[in-house]
Amino acid sequence: MSTYAPRPGSAPWTRKVLAHSRMEFRLLIRNGEQLLLALVIPLGLLLLLGGTGLGSRLPLGDGPAIDQAVPRVLALAILSSSFTSLAIATGFERRYGVIKRLGASPLSRTGLLAGKIGAVLVVQVIQLAVLIGTGFALGWNPAGGVDAVVGVVLVVLCGTAAFASLGLLMAGVLRAEATLAAANLLYLLLLVGGAVLTPVDEYPAGMQGVVRVLPSAALANGLANSTIEGVIPWAAALSLALWAAVLGYLVSRTFRWD
Amino acid sequence: MEIDNLVVRYGEKAAVDGLSLTVAAGTVTSVLGPNGAGKTTTVESCEGFRRPDSGRVRVLGLDPIADHDELMPRIGVMLQEGGAWSGVRAIEMLRYVATLHTHPLDIPALVERLDLGSCGRTPYRRLSGGQKQRLSFALAIIGRPEIAFLDEPTTGLDPHGRREIWQLIRDLRDDGVTVVLTTHAMDEAEQLSDQVHVVSAGKVIASGTPDSLTEHHTKSLEDVFLELTAPKREAR
Repeated sequence: MSTYAPRPGSAPWTRKVLAHSRMEFRLLIRNGEQLLLALVIPLGLLLLLGGTGLGSRLPLGDGPAIDQAVPRVLALAILSSSFTSLAIATGFERRYGVIKRLGASPLSRTGLLAGKIGAVLVVQVIQLAVLIGTGFALGWNPAGGVDAVVGVVLVVLCGTAAFASLGLLMAGVLRAEATLAAANLLYLLLLVGGAVLTPVDEYPAGMQGVVRVLPSAALANGLANSTIEGVIPWAAALSLALWAAVLGYLVSRTFRWD
Repeated sequence: MEIDNLVVRYGEKAAVDGLSLTVAAGTVTSVLGPNGAGKTTTVESCEGFRRPDSGRVRVLGLDPIADHDELMPRIGVMLQEGGAWSGVRAIEMLRYVATLHTHPLDIPALVERLDLGSCGRTPYRRLSGGQKQRLSFALAIIGRPEIAFLDEPTTGLDPHGRREIWQLIRDLRDDGVTVVLTTHAMDEAEQLSDQVHVVSAGKVIASGTPDSLTEHHTKSLEDVFLELTAPKREAR
């Protein structure tokens, strides 16, 4: 056979997805800003809330501050990796023509999205391991049991689907610089006003109705319910699943390869 | 590849306005035209990046939009610029794209042929213009495509680099790959092409072999191009 004779073909879907997840993960761990968002900020916040006594003076909720702080910082970490990092990275991939390059490859739209989610999940496993380990070192005493574990996994998966869809939607309709600004702004707004660190009940009565339906509130409250009360937070998971369905639909309508 | 009466509009403006052309298998076909003539939009319609407002595009018998996932493994696309993560290393990018295909070219041989060995571990953002161009070429052919769309493949290359890419394009054709070339370099089109289409204002205004267009090389292709695409002046 001659050197360049055509012999085209697409690799199996799983191989493509794994290759893409691996690539995105390797690029992420080389990027200091992404690591700052994914790990340094949540870890610093956990140490501040759980290790300095500051958590006891803030309205995190009833009970020991560390028990409240760990699930809420976990929620922040999920928000940063599945939404902020993903949106910014995808926005710049579009700017640099990477999305277009991949659009002219065998990867396929589902392969690209699955590969991205795969990389996010790997990052989240590392986030969860570091933050949970730190939480235990600071005296975290979560509710045990199968329901608590299932609840955490369910909420993390539904939350990742919802926030990743939001990030991809933003990166699909805004320019890269606008995505960078909007993703960071929304991250800060949700951190302060989205019931991530503070339970919904601590907000002014007039705001509670709105804050309660935000996906950030469902994520943080779902994780808090699982780890504090040891239950599967079905309402939070359903809320996040609905957000994921609506935002995922919008992503499918707005996604473009160039 | 067949394009029949293709129309693509951006808002009110028709970037491609009733363009028709065919590309025979196993040939090098150049699409020439002034800036804004509709070349890139035409080629992007074949690559599935632009949805035609009307007309019909078939590449290897497939619709680039409806049959996107089936078509993409069979074509190779060289983008005019970009197409890689800023922090990715050249070889890493090549290996990644190779993984997406079932029978990719031998990477070390391709790296050597395109002289990418010296910059293999360099992040994409630090590559020179010529190195980026050669990497982009490698990414277009790594999957052993049936058709390679090459957008200005020698821009930014020194004369040696240009000649090497020209020889590689000839080798691709000789091995049965169909090459669709968009270029501003008339000497490149004249040297490499079996067929040339000149596009202006979204339409094909001339087609033929370099020999027929240059009237058996009594004129240069550049002169022919300038005559064909000269702005029309109103008669007084």
